[in-house]
Order: sequence, then structure tokens, then C-alpha cells
Amino acid sequence: MKTTMKEGFDLAMMKGLKKWRLFSLLAALTIFLSGCGEEYLSTLTPAGQVGRDQFNLLLLSSAIMALVIIVVVIIYVVALVKFRRKKVGEDVIPKQVEGSHTLEIVWTVIPILLLIVLAIPTVYYTYKHADVAAMDQVDEEGNKTNVTVNVKASLYWWEFEYPDLGIVTAQELVVPTDQKVYFNLKAADVKHSFWIPTAGGKMDTNVENVNQFYLEFDDASASLEQGVFYGKCAELCGPSHALMDFKVKTLEPEDFNAWVETMKTNEHVAEGELASQGEEIFNTSCIACHATSGAGTTGGMGPNLATFGDRNRVAGFMSHDEESLKEWINNPQLYKPGNLMPQPETINDGEKFSEDQLDALAAYLMGLSVEK
Amino acid sequence: MSSIAKKKGFGATLWDYLTTVDHKKIAILYLAAGSLFFVIGGIEAMLIRIQLAQPDNDFVSAGLFNEIITMHGTTMIFLAAMPILFGFMNAVMPLQIGARDVAFPFLNALGFWLFLFGGIFLNLSWFMGGAPDAGWTSYASLSLASPGHGIDFYALGLQISGAGTYIGGINFLVTIINMRAPGMTYMRMPLFTWTTFVASALILFAFPPLTIGLFFLIFDRMFGGNFFDHTMGGNTIIWEHLFWIFGHPEVYILILPAFGIFSEIFALFSRKRLFGYSSMVFATVLIGFLGFMVWAHHMFTVGLGPTANAIFAVATMAIAVPTGMKIFNWLLTIWGGSIKVTTPMLYALGFIPSFVAGGVTGIMQAAAPLDYQLHDSYFIVAHFHYVIVGGVVLAILAAVHLYWPLMFNQMLNETLGKWTFWFFFIGFHCTFFIQHFLGLMGMPRRVFTFGANQGWDTFNLISSAGAALMAIGVIILVINIIITVVKNVPVGNDPWEDGRTLEWAIPQPVPFYNFKQTPLVRGLDTFWIEKQEGNKEGMTYAEPVSDIHMPNNSFIPFVMTIGLFIAAFGALYNGEKDWAIPVLVLGLAITLGSMAVRSIKDDHGFHIHKEDLMNDEGGK
Repeated sequence: MKTTMKEGFDLAMMKGLKKWRLFSLLAALTIFLSGCGEEYLSTLTPAGQVGRDQFNLLLLSSAIMALVIIVVVIIYVVALVKFRRKKVGEDVIPKQVEGSHTLEIVWTVIPILLLIVLAIPTVYYTYKHADVAAMDQVDEEGNKTNVTVNVKASLYWWEFEYPDLGIVTAQELVVPTDQKVYFNLKAADVKHSFWIPTAGGKMDTNVENVNQFYLEFDDASASLEQGVFYGKCAELCGPSHALMDFKVKTLEPEDFNAWVETMKTNEHVAEGELASQGEEIFNTSCIACHATSGAGTTGGMGPNLATFGDRNRVAGFMSHDEESLKEWINNPQLYKPGNLMPQPETINDGEKFSEDQLDALAAYLMGLSVEK
Repeated sequence: MSSIAKKKGFGATLWDYLTTVDHKKIAILYLAAGSLFFVIGGIEAMLIRIQLAQPDNDFVSAGLFNEIITMHGTTMIFLAAMPILFGFMNAVMPLQIGARDVAFPFLNALGFWLFLFGGIFLNLSWFMGGAPDAGWTSYASLSLASPGHGIDFYALGLQISGAGTYIGGINFLVTIINMRAPGMTYMRMPLFTWTTFVASALILFAFPPLTIGLFFLIFDRMFGGNFFDHTMGGNTIIWEHLFWIFGHPEVYILILPAFGIFSEIFALFSRKRLFGYSSMVFATVLIGFLGFMVWAHHMFTVGLGPTANAIFAVATMAIAVPTGMKIFNWLLTIWGGSIKVTTPMLYALGFIPSFVAGGVTGIMQAAAPLDYQLHDSYFIVAHFHYVIVGGVVLAILAAVHLYWPLMFNQMLNETLGKWTFWFFFIGFHCTFFIQHFLGLMGMPRRVFTFGANQGWDTFNLISSAGAALMAIGVIILVINIIITVVKNVPVGNDPWEDGRTLEWAIPQPVPFYNFKQTPLVRGLDTFWIEKQEGNKEGMTYAEPVSDIHMPNNSFIPFVMTIGLFIAAFGALYNGEKDWAIPVLVLGLAITLGSMAVRSIKDDHGFHIHKEDLMNDEGGK
């Protein structure tokens, strides 16, 4: 665990915790839980304040519940050991007790108190995590002070538009660290749900309304195993729901600004003969749905490919190499059933792309980059 | 008139069951049909766990997997758990309150057939173009977009079987209110009767929202309605509300009878009065009431806003209080008792830690901001299997062993019963405990596969291994049942020897008219009181032997159901096949026609005369 409990809780809450003597239990739980899962995917290794708040709520609720379980188990075990018929005697008729008012009050009041301990931070964080008032804040010049991302979820890919920055990307969300990043979430076809487990809980992308929330990221993701956090679709959305992954790249604010600048201005030029051939094929077959410039707004039929070469996956889940890319282009239905990318036959005169065409396309697509 | 002992041919027996209005036979029908669906749902569960045993598996395809999970959930909730519980309610509750039968025997039969044919209709989807694939919750945007007829089968099948459940629920309510034996006041009713009562009240209020939601879905998909189509001014969130206003109470419709069964078991096998009876009754009613106040906790991530989320979070936490009361009352029931660990008691003892674990994770999910992480992850899958398998299914298995002698005058083998328990219990924890951590580690639910190296591989394999153990447990139970039925050794009444409530006082095999003389109930655990006072008669009776009025068997419930079954195919193929509308009309005509026959034809039933009763040895 990178963080201590102290960062996680307001001071007042800390006092409350100490009073309840749950602290040592919490510490033990923290160590136990953080042993599970991958750093780039697990809710147990929170990467920002929202995730950390929710993780702390997990610890607090686990501790309270552990307390309840311990009490139940003690009574249960003792009763089982002491009052077996073998021990009590075969013909003994136990005293027929009606009940006990005192006990009833005890096990009504104590749970209520425990629940109040849990309810207070619950209500506090519910409001805190829903607070998106700062979304519309502007500085003296009228520029937005916070980064806002419009997330559009489609079968089965993600579009990330930065309305205030005039850029758009897909499949790989890029966000700055050390600040609140605000999200407008909406689905394009059926309901999906936007979830970055390390950063914080999910929010549904509904079909009829925009949902808003924010997330925070502490550190640049470059230090992670694959340089990205994992994002998931958390609402059943069709056959390929399981494959509707996305990735999150977090950059230091200055790196983020530089990335935004390149996105706005980058004019891609295909390098080399093969890539140029690929560009030609792309311009006849693919460009109707896929844009290759990062400057712009939402509205693409398919994912924007301006940063394709920088990405971590092909089609959101296949390994990022030319082999997978070629397999994907030539048979998208096989790899992601139910997705809306046309089979090659429909856009290439009724035939699959030839090996040469695929090589050219792959060379072109892998060259699409704003980071190289 | 001593009908039960009579040997009958297969055809006569079949006809008897097709037309029966006897609550004891309908109970057997519910149990048999529910068990069949339980096995089907179990096979679907095994397919799910085989597919997820290793990463990037291709045992089943993506689309088929979604059909399997949808049918697994729908089958287990609507066609297995609820009907089997209805079976036990039918078998036990009228005897527990000393009634002749349920209040409306005809409706009782109708309810069963509607459930069965709704379930058959739903499962026919497998052979007629594909099963529903939008999850058992069938959220509107996906269910409207789903191609083929799968969702149509879901909506129509559940509508039919839901009508059966609704009829059954009303029937139980009326029975418990009106048909209790003299002296059986509300506060002397056994807990299983109480929980049946409250669960039936929940059915009364929870099923109408589902019915409305399903009708909207039927209209949208089959008749061009736009209730949920947001491009035409509809709204998909409405479906989520309707579904969960039904769906959350549904959880209590399942778990309350389970609580009732365990309350009976703890008292019986501890030889001790249920501790805190009145607070148990109070807690049952309170849980039933609060069950309607918390549905939006299934929708914390939908974007209802912090105020709604906070209110529903706190309301949800409140349910922990009456549930906790129950747990402690059970613990104090065995405390100071004389515990005999029979198979049913073993299930009850296994239930306490399992259900507490499932309950506390429920409280964790009530903390809305934490639920943003847990929602739709494997943590949720673990949680609801802990309450439904750890609560409801353990109760069903316990009740199979507990009430088998009451229903069939035979005893299931105790040794095999205990083997079943240990395989099932260990398998259950092995399957689902680890899934909490999968969820926390970022694994969403309802994924047909998962990529390797996300840290989920080992845990999923362990989970699948556990599922195999559960399957072995169920297979042992099936063997046990076959052996018991073949051996057919009669056991007589009060086979557990410490029976406390009225159902154990009835002679075996149970006469078709139940008690020859309606018993007088002199307190809580009335049979126990009589036994303690050394009553040789078995019970004190409230009336002399006199004529008994019984209802006639009827084939009409079956025909009425067949009509709806036929009509459903008409609705399903509306706009696609020419014969759709005629078939729809024909089906509805059959149903309405048989309703007319039922209304016009006088059926006064028959009387069993006093003299015949006197000669009937079994009927004391």
C-alpha cells in the first residue's frame, strides 16, 4: 500500500474510528486486501482520491462487518459445543425460554449504532463524489479551469472527446494527474457503464441522459507494467460486452498539455512506400468511419485512429502488434461478435483484404501517432 | 373413500394429477416441476463455470454465453426457487394451521399450471431460435435491441408464470387469514406460516410492477409500442425502476420462507421453543415492509443523484437491524437447547455463517460510494449467491429432508443426506467466496470470457472447481431420492420425534381430507404441548366427527393455461407470420371459454359422510 489511512479520512472521522477501536483491524485488513489484484486494474490499489475514499469505505465496512461476524461465530461455536444432545443427555427437555427483552434491545441498539458509524461517511462521500459544480468554472480569460471529457460508449468501443480543447480520441483515455477530471457520460446505442477500477467506481452511460462525475489520478501511468490503467464496460451490452475494454494513460499536467498541443496540430504524413500504399487503401475503404486527425469533435462512426500507433491494444483487447491488427481487420465479427465494423468483403469489392493490402494497412495504422 | 392407499394405473394417476385440486398433490407437482427447472438451471450454471474456468476460453460462444446466464438467472429465480418454496408452502402451511385445504383449491391448481407452462414456454426458446440474452434483469435498451425472439419468450413466459405466482400468493393470504383452526391466533402461527403470509403479501404488491413492465416490453417488441424507446420519447430507466420495485421484494419473497423453514428446524432439533417468537414475527413483517423501500440500491450507478442515493443507502442499511435480530434469535434458540445434528439441522447450522456472510456484504453494498466499485462486478455475483444459495437453496435442501416424511411417509437416508450437505456446502463456499475478491480485483460480471494475466486466472479456476463439488452434492441427493422411493419404507407421523407444530400431528399417510376433526390449538407449538401433557389421542379436537365438504377435481385449470400458452405463440410471431393473430385469438378464446364454463357450471363438490370417516383408520 502506497498510502496510509490518514490521507484517506478526514480528521474527525479518524477520531471516531479510534473511539471504536477498529484501527488495528483496519490496518490488518489493508495489508491483507492490497495483496490482491493487479496494480493497474484492482480496486484494492486505488490510484486517486475517489478510489481511495471508496477503498477506505470498504475497509471501514469490512471492519464493522468483521466485528459482527466474530460475535456471531463465538456464540455459534460455544452453543454448538455446549448444547449438543450427546452432551446434554438424550432425554433432557430443555427449558422452554420465551425470549428476553434485554437481549432484544441489545441486538437492536448495537447494530443501529454500528450502522450509524457506516452511514455517516456513506452519506458524506455520496455527496462528495457527486459534486461536479467545478465543471463549469472558468478563469479570468473565460477558459475552463478543469479538464472535461465527454465519454460516448458504443457497441463495443469508447470515444473520448475533450470539448474545451477541441480534440477527440478513442479507446485510450488520456488525462492529467493531480487534478479532478470531469466526465460527461452517454451511450450511443444501448446502455453501457464506464468503469476504471483503480480510479474509482463506475457510472452508467445511459441512452437518454448525460451522467456526470469526476475522477482523480495521483501518478503518471508510465510506471505501470504496461504504462496504462485498465478500464472496463460494466453493464451487459451484448455478445462482446466482455471485450469492451479501454485503457487510461495518465500524464503529468505539462506532459498532458504537450499531448493536447500535438493532438491539435499534428498532421500525419505516411512514412515510407508501404505506409503510403496503406494510406491509399485506408482512404478508399476505411475513412468513411474512421478519422485520423485528433483535432475535432465527436461524431465519428468508428473510433478515431489519430493515436492508433500509441495505443496499448488493437480493438480494445487484442495485443498491439501488426499480426493481431491484420487478423482483426480481415474478420472483425470473429474476434468481437456483434460489433458494427463492416466485414472486409463489404468494403473491398466483395473480397477479403490480401496479405499485401493488410501489410500496407498495418504499416500505415501503426504509424498513426502523436507521441512518436 | 380411503383414496390414497388405492393402487391405480399410470393413466389414472396421470389424470388424477392433471385435474387435482388437493394442496398436497399440487405441492408434489410444484416440487417436481421446480426440481426439474433447478436441474436445468444447474446445468446452465455448470456451463458458465466451465467457460470461465480458464482465460480466453471458447467452450461456448459470446452470444450463447449471454443466453445461458440469462436463462440461468431467470430459471433459478422464477422457475426453481419460487415454485419449490410454493411446493413446501402448499404441503405444509395448510396442515400447520389445521386447514382442510387452501381457500381456493381450483385457483391453486390454476396457479401451478400457469407457472409450469410459462416455464415451458420460456425454455422452448432454446429450440425456437435462441433464448433471451439480455440478462435476467433484461434492461430495456439492450432488450429492445436484442435480435430474434429470445426476449419475447422471456416477456411472455414470465407474464404467464407470473400470473400463476400471483394467484398462488393471493390464495395463501386468504387461506391464512380465514382458514386457521380454532385457537390458532396470529401470534400462535408457526414461523413458516408467518413467513408464507408475509411473502404472499409481498407477491401481492411486488408482482404488479413486473406485470406492467413486462406488458410494456411486450408492446414495445411485438406491437410497436414506444414505452422504452428513447428516440420516440420513451425512457429505459422506467424499466429499471419497474423491474427493481418488483425485483428487490422478490429477494424477500424467496428468503422469508427460507427464514421460516430454518425457524422450524432450529426449534425442532434443539427441542426448544423458538427464542423471541414475537420479535421474530415483528422482524419478518418489518423486513417485508422495508423490502419495498430500497429498490434503488440496485441503481446507485444509474445517476439518480446524491440525494436519492443517500436516502436509499441509509434505508438499505436499516434492513440489517431486523435481519440481525433474526440471526441472534436463532442463535439463542439453540443456546441452552438439546441440539441433534440431523441433515435438516446440518443445513440450518450451515446457513447461519453463510447467510451472515451474504448479509454483511449486502451492507457493504448499501454504502453507495463503495457500491460504485462493487456494482456489476463479481462482488455482486458473490453476494447474491451467498444470500440465495446460502439462504434460499440451503433452506430448500433442508426442507426436502425435513418435510419428505410429511409429504411421502418415507425418510430420506440421513448418511447420504449429510454427504450431500458437505459436498454442496464446501463447493458453495469454494465457488463464491473467492468471487468477492475477483470483483474487488476489477472483474465485471456477465463477461463471457476474460483475458489472461489480469490476475483473475487462479481464482476463476478455484471457483469452477467448487461448482463441480456442488454438482456432486446434488447428484448424491438425486440418488438418495431414488433409493428412498424404491425402498418405500413407511415411517408414520412425527418421524423426527420432537415435532412441535400441527403438521407433525397428522396421521401418515395423510388422508386426502387432512384432519378428520379440526384440531383445537392451545398455544404456540401446539403438538408439543399435547405431547408434554401425555395426550394419547395426539391432539385435542375442536369438533366431533362430522361430514366433510370437499371440492371436485377439475380439468379446467389445465385447459385455461393451455389457452394462454397457445395465445403466447400468436403474440410472439405477430407481424411475422400470417397465422399469428388467429392463433392469438384462438388461444385467448380457449382461456375465456374455459373461464365461462367455470363460471356457468355449478360445481358443489362432494361430502365425505361421517360413517365413511369412522371406518377410515387413517383419519384420526
